[in-house]
Amino acid sequence: MKKKLLSVLLVAALAVASVVGCGSTAAESSEAGASGEAAFKIGAIGPTTGGAALYGQAVMNGAQLAVDEINAAGGINGYQIEYKFEDDQHDAEKSVNAYNSLKDWGMQILMGTTTTTPCIAVTDKTAQDGMFQITPSASSTDVIINDNVFQVCFTDPNQGTASAQYIAENKLGTKIGIIYDSSDVYSSGIEATFVKEAEAQNLEVVAIEAFTADSKTDFSTQLQKCQSEGADLLFLPFYYQEASIVLNQANQMGYAPTFFGVDGMDGILSVENFDTTLAEGVMLLTPFAADAKDDATQAFVEKYEAQFGETPSQFAADAYDAIYIIKAVIEAQNLTPDMSVQDLGTAMAEGMTTISVDGLTGEAMTWSADGAVSKAPKAMVIKDGAYAAMD
Amino acid sequence: MAKFSWKTMKKQTRDEIITFSMVVVVYVVLQLLISGGAISSLIQGLLVPICTYSLVAIGLNLCVGYLGELSIGHAGFMCVGAFSGAFMTKLLEDTITNEVLLFVIALAVGILVAAVFGFLIAIPVLRLRGDYLAIVTLAFGEIIKNIINVLFVAKDSNGFHFAISDANNMDVEEDCVWLINGAKGISRIPHLSSFTIGVILVILALIVVYNLVNSRTGRAVMAIRDNRIAAEAVGINVTKFKLLAFTISAAIAGAGGVLYAHNLSTVTATPTNFGYNMSIMILVFVVLGGMGSFRGSIIAAAILTLLPEVLRGLYDYRMLIYSIVLIAMMLFNWSPKAIEWRQKLVAKFKKEKKTKEVA
Amino acid sequence: MSFLTYLINGISLGSVYAIIALGYTMVYGIAKMLNFAHGDVIMIGCYVVFLTMSGQGWSPLVSVTLSVLICTVLGIVIEKIAYKPLRKATSLAVLITAIGVSYFLQNIALLIFGANTKAFTNVVTLPALTLAGGSLVISGTTIVTVLVCIVIMVALSLFVKYTKAGQAMRAVSEDKDAAQLMGINVNGTISLTFAIGSGLAAIAGVLFCSAYPTLSPYTGSMPGIKAFTAAVFGGIGSIPGAFIGGILLGVIEILGRAYISSQLSDAIVFAVLIIVLLVKPTGLLGKKIHEKV
Repeated sequence: MKKKLLSVLLVAALAVASVVGCGSTAAESSEAGASGEAAFKIGAIGPTTGGAALYGQAVMNGAQLAVDEINAAGGINGYQIEYKFEDDQHDAEKSVNAYNSLKDWGMQILMGTTTTTPCIAVTDKTAQDGMFQITPSASSTDVIINDNVFQVCFTDPNQGTASAQYIAENKLGTKIGIIYDSSDVYSSGIEATFVKEAEAQNLEVVAIEAFTADSKTDFSTQLQKCQSEGADLLFLPFYYQEASIVLNQANQMGYAPTFFGVDGMDGILSVENFDTTLAEGVMLLTPFAADAKDDATQAFVEKYEAQFGETPSQFAADAYDAIYIIKAVIEAQNLTPDMSVQDLGTAMAEGMTTISVDGLTGEAMTWSADGAVSKAPKAMVIKDGAYAAMD
Repeated sequence: MAKFSWKTMKKQTRDEIITFSMVVVVYVVLQLLISGGAISSLIQGLLVPICTYSLVAIGLNLCVGYLGELSIGHAGFMCVGAFSGAFMTKLLEDTITNEVLLFVIALAVGILVAAVFGFLIAIPVLRLRGDYLAIVTLAFGEIIKNIINVLFVAKDSNGFHFAISDANNMDVEEDCVWLINGAKGISRIPHLSSFTIGVILVILALIVVYNLVNSRTGRAVMAIRDNRIAAEAVGINVTKFKLLAFTISAAIAGAGGVLYAHNLSTVTATPTNFGYNMSIMILVFVVLGGMGSFRGSIIAAAILTLLPEVLRGLYDYRMLIYSIVLIAMMLFNWSPKAIEWRQKLVAKFKKEKKTKEVA
Repeated sequence: MSFLTYLINGISLGSVYAIIALGYTMVYGIAKMLNFAHGDVIMIGCYVVFLTMSGQGWSPLVSVTLSVLICTVLGIVIEKIAYKPLRKATSLAVLITAIGVSYFLQNIALLIFGANTKAFTNVVTLPALTLAGGSLVISGTTIVTVLVCIVIMVALSLFVKYTKAGQAMRAVSEDKDAAQLMGINVNGTISLTFAIGSGLAAIAGVLFCSAYPTLSPYTGSMPGIKAFTAAVFGGIGSIPGAFIGGILLGVIEILGRAYISSQLSDAIVFAVLIIVLLVKPTGLLGKKIHEKV
């Protein structure tokens, strides 16, 4: 009896759930109907819950800002954009679910996904469907294997190589220590190419220490080892949340090497309650800095802060650029929303190699057919609690 | 020839027939709906994951429901199965072109490796009791995840290259094939899983577990669960049967892992997919579906996989609602007050039915 | 000298694990359930301190006290709503409910406080201790953490041994039904245990976030699981066991990272755990399970 009741209950739960689900789809379709004529349907995917939620939320908000601006200014080729974001919890399988859900909604162009591993799984699906995909922030080279996928951010190898070259050229350190996240694709990808390039540049790497997603709060041991090996420059290829702890713990230990980060380090100054004096003198190679003085960045940061109450990170800027890149390529190829997903995909992929876009994360960004972006990273140093360009 | 009658049939047999027909009917109906284009991409995409989680839940149910041992490391076996299966596929991709054959080989390898790990873990672990056993299975899952993240295997014209912890010292050619690449895991896995394969695997797993449960072995296993000392006293070789059940349980989870890996083009060992969170999620399927009820496991796996997806319309609130539904379901199913209330409701319903019949 | 530094780091990390593990172990000892939501209570406690201290500029002592109060109430409420109705159900059912509560707390924190990590201000203002001519530095946080941990451990042991409520706890953990027959308020005792456990969680959280200054809705889950491991390591249900288990786990983690491999430190911790359990199947100080025939 109990079992029967159980199944009844489960079915009831499902029924409730599906009613809720249907209810919301109905609401959305009416919304779409209200906007009237055809519109470009751009879908986006990223984690908005789970441990990586802040990246997905930044992408969601950054893209929303661009979509609102474009729509207010008359849309793309006179067509409005409809934009929808789905959560993938930074999981490959859930990312594919999010993709399928967006397909049911009628997505024509995918701006996503935010993180690398889910992105690899989703590129497989977009390739099958012939859909155009541009990822704001998934930086592994595995992401752009298919012809339909393009990146806004640098690839990991690119970052590792550029960092090593920069350090060698400017003689920033003689003995280099590295701390990286060995369970993270982004971090371990940069670490691998950095070490390779450092060897080529005759930089001495004295310590390579790792941490994992399960133990990313205590860096005292890794710092201790780098210190005892005499490292005078620490290369930190990971995100700013962990970096803020590293800086704090190094300070407590009285260890003050030169800290050198990558684009994931951007955002460290806007960590709520973070003592920015700890970040004094930290260098990073990043395409975007929220403190940059140019008008476009300042306008973007101001709007973002007004709407979402926090300082945008590079993820938000990448997503913002991604939407404008989509706009540029659609305009260049003179496309309309009534085209099929495949036709749009093919035309946009062809168009990508012809355009050049000035965005927040780079001037005159161009793309090769393999999908990687070419733009110049800016070297920044944190001075008096703000970014300053290095020469 | 003896006549079979539904009423005189053993309850167990009836139960099995219901389960098998449920799976087959759902499969046929869904296939018809898919060919009619009535199923959304989202649901279609969820069919293989549902099969995957059903498989692992069936495996875990054997361990928790029949053997009576709590394991919170079954995602570890799934992980081992996924990686060994996908590894085999990558290795043989160029030599074997028949997709079915390729998948069968990967499946066999995945199951075998998961079974070996299950066996190895079971030897020491089954000496422990209750929560101590649970924590060791959890530890095993975490160790596996940690090790796979620092494992590098590559293949080039010079043969195989292997490294732990760092690929920097690996002397590989530029155009080598990475079989396992550290935190990147295995990528570009051919898409070999399908709903049909998933359903076949679920049915095979059901055949295996039902046969096991109904055999002499199964009765021995249940005797151990109900009273280990009494079972030992009547001469049941407790260790042997526990080992057997645990190994089969791990092997089924491994099969789920192979299915998982070949459904996505990439497999990585992250806390979300192979960490203790996943193990616990599968435990939730088993407990909610009813311990010892394989049908319940499948239903619970299906519903709880679908639930967060159909809640997508609620955006930021969906995971919150999901957690509330989870708590509510548990309270509703297990709280004595709720059970009492339900029984009253059922009694009332039956009474009404009777009075109606009389009228 | 670097060995000593690693050791001290390990003890510092370990004592945080130990305080969390004390909460785990008390609840387990009495209610015989793994309270998976314990780690998330820690996170809530941290947010309370963060909002009042960094946001409103309250003094550390006041905000920590408030945090302990809020967590205590939260612990009692969770127990009343989610666990009490299931007292007669199988322990697995309660385990799953606890997981549901854990998800609930994480997601509600995500909605209220947002996903962005916050930098936690250290509540400890004690200056660092410099020994051996500057080659050995022990931070104020470490000193306070270790001291607080020892004080809590001793206080709890005394409480359980000598007070009436403590004796009631022991009686309930020994045999619920018999305790009830002896006139002990079983439900009240269990609520009290949850209250103490959750209050401890707040303190542990504040010390954890002071030592490793970061805070997000998921801050509590990993220390929670490690502390659970620590509690089992020391013998679940045993108060000194949780203390020793926590310290050892921290030391093994740090030394493993320093001398064996920084990538495999988690694997090393869990491998040691498995080995210890094989030698001592009920943890270091766990009671032997008496089997009734």
